[in-house]
Amino acid sequence: MNLINSIDEGYRREVPAFSVGDTVRIFIKVIEGDKERIQPFEGAVIARKNGGIRETFTVRKISFGVGVERIFPLHSPFIQEIKIVRFGQVRHAKLYYIREKKGKAAKLKERQLVKK
Amino acid sequence: MTGIVGRKLGMTQVFEGGRLVPVTVIEAQPGFVLEVKTLKKHGYEAAKVGFLEQKKQKLVTKPMKGVFEKAGAKAFYRYVKEFPMGGLQVGETVTLEKFAKGDKVSVSGVSKGKGFQGVMKRHNYSGGPSSHGSMFNRAPGSIGASSYPSRVWKGKALPGHMGSVRVTTKNLHIEDVRVEQNLILVRGSVPGATGTIVEIRKEG
Repeated sequence: MNLINSIDEGYRREVPAFSVGDTVRIFIKVIEGDKERIQPFEGAVIARKNGGIRETFTVRKISFGVGVERIFPLHSPFIQEIKIVRFGQVRHAKLYYIREKKGKAAKLKERQLVKK
Repeated sequence: MTGIVGRKLGMTQVFEGGRLVPVTVIEAQPGFVLEVKTLKKHGYEAAKVGFLEQKKQKLVTKPMKGVFEKAGAKAFYRYVKEFPMGGLQVGETVTLEKFAKGDKVSVSGVSKGKGFQGVMKRHNYSGGPSSHGSMFNRAPGSIGASSYPSRVWKGKALPGHMGSVRVTTKNLHIEDVRVEQNLILVRGSVPGATGTIVEIRKEG
């Protein structure tokens, strides 16, 4: 088991500590033919799943009135950078309920980093 | 052909060109060449190689002790296997260096035991409907005709013991070889449970 962990460690990448409810901006490497470019994707993290090298996270955004969700492997080499735009204050580990909400009800409360 | 014997450590996933691929990790310690068979003397070329050190002295039989002593081996081995590979000398070691990323290999091992199983699991019979009042669920049904042959054909697939047999998975792609750690990563699954002793063979 330790040897398997050592293999996983080799593929692990540095990722910022973000949690469910945070709004993140992800810079994804897109390969088109032989050209490579960076595409950003910004939205709220609604779930983090699995563990170790297999960990994934789901990002949801509203694009032209249509909800779009993308699932990324956390340690994927296609992810150039993860930037935390906004910290969120949520009470669930999985925010699947916001799929049913619209407008103000789908808003995520911001986490206050310094207590007033 | 190149062959080596190792121990299945389990499975994980690795990134290969950005995609996650499932791999089986096999630990293969260097093997010790005990005897070389030659065309001239034996009629074929092969090397008898000992793998996995045997630490319990009492499990080594006297005839096997003779084999190890003749070859000048410092340790006893648990698994002695002959592979048709030439160009080796007694006392040399067989390591994972002979395998490279991208090679196709066959892996053999003893599959997981499933116990006594019915025909649906063991022979892929379709069974019957599970609902709508059906009372024919997982039974095999008819196993042959009546007046001719008036008996059940030999080899008819019936319930019985399943698993714990030697299984070979062919054309497995090597994802990575780590010689210094004695590890080899093959894409996909390999017969047997974690800890099973498996043979890795490469043609050519």
